[in-house]
Amino acid sequence: MSDTGQHSHDHTPRPDQDGPPSYYQAMETAVRELLIEKGVVTAEEVRAAVEAMDARSPAQGARVVARAWSDPKFKARLLKDGSAACAELGIDMGPTHLVVVANGDKLHNVIVCTLCSCYPRFLIGLPPDWYKARAYRSRVVREPRAVLGEFGTEIPDDWEVRVHDSTADMRYMVLPRRPEGTEGWSEEQLAGLVTRDCMIGVTLPKSP
Amino acid sequence: MSDPGRGYHDMGGLPAGPVERGEHDYALWEKRVDALLVLLSDKERDLVRVDELRRGIEQLGAKAYDELSYYERWIASITGVLLGKGVFTSDELGRRMAEVEARRRGDEA
Repeated sequence: MSDTGQHSHDHTPRPDQDGPPSYYQAMETAVRELLIEKGVVTAEEVRAAVEAMDARSPAQGARVVARAWSDPKFKARLLKDGSAACAELGIDMGPTHLVVVANGDKLHNVIVCTLCSCYPRFLIGLPPDWYKARAYRSRVVREPRAVLGEFGTEIPDDWEVRVHDSTADMRYMVLPRRPEGTEGWSEEQLAGLVTRDCMIGVTLPKSP
Repeated sequence: MSDPGRGYHDMGGLPAGPVERGEHDYALWEKRVDALLVLLSDKERDLVRVDELRRGIEQLGAKAYDELSYYERWIASITGVLLGKGVFTSDELGRRMAEVEARRRGDEA
């Protein structure tokens, strides 16, 4: 963009995109416009879908985890049918089936999608970049302890580590263990200990 | 990756470097690509299923798979599926992309 001072119209700042517009950004605009013109989608539907995804965040998953820590019957339902249990809390998993895997005594779980980037996005939002990148996808199934170590998570040698490889239709989420020293805590307080990364399984919940 | 029968996307268990923990906030155009897939894959439209998205990404070729960013791969795949189903033609797409580029150049002049 030149700054010659010759243009007088106001520049509306571009939406937050990284770097100069690429060929594929032009493709997105072109495809979206064609779909709107042909009546396949409306501009309003696209806007609403962006807003809905913005509203999905790890806080939603934290609410589910905190409920499971507080209510053993809910936990049982969550482990039996994750999507149905989330629906009880008003969370729609969309077309995907949620499978919740619980950490236990000497058992740690971690999730990945080796083939692409499947992730419980309808529950906790879009995945972090590293989840979709080659290093994590390649290595976590072969050397999970080493990968967890890179996140600062040391799992004792006598613990079992289970790695769950997601598919397009089936998404895993880890139910961490409730931290010790949280007896009598409210669900809201408990949810504050639950991070995105501990629901992926690369870290443990925050300490109280 | 020289394993016979192993696609370049099928990287589970292969050696790789350390996990790079940097993250970026998704840009609006990336969120829109995501939104388009959510809409196009819903029961009402059923135009691009998630497995079709993945197949399209896996057919981009190893070079594109490694060089394109995540949502660049997605829009390339979504566009391919829509072209394949005749939702719009490659002529329409080409003309519209040229218009989009021309508008951008106009904005920046």
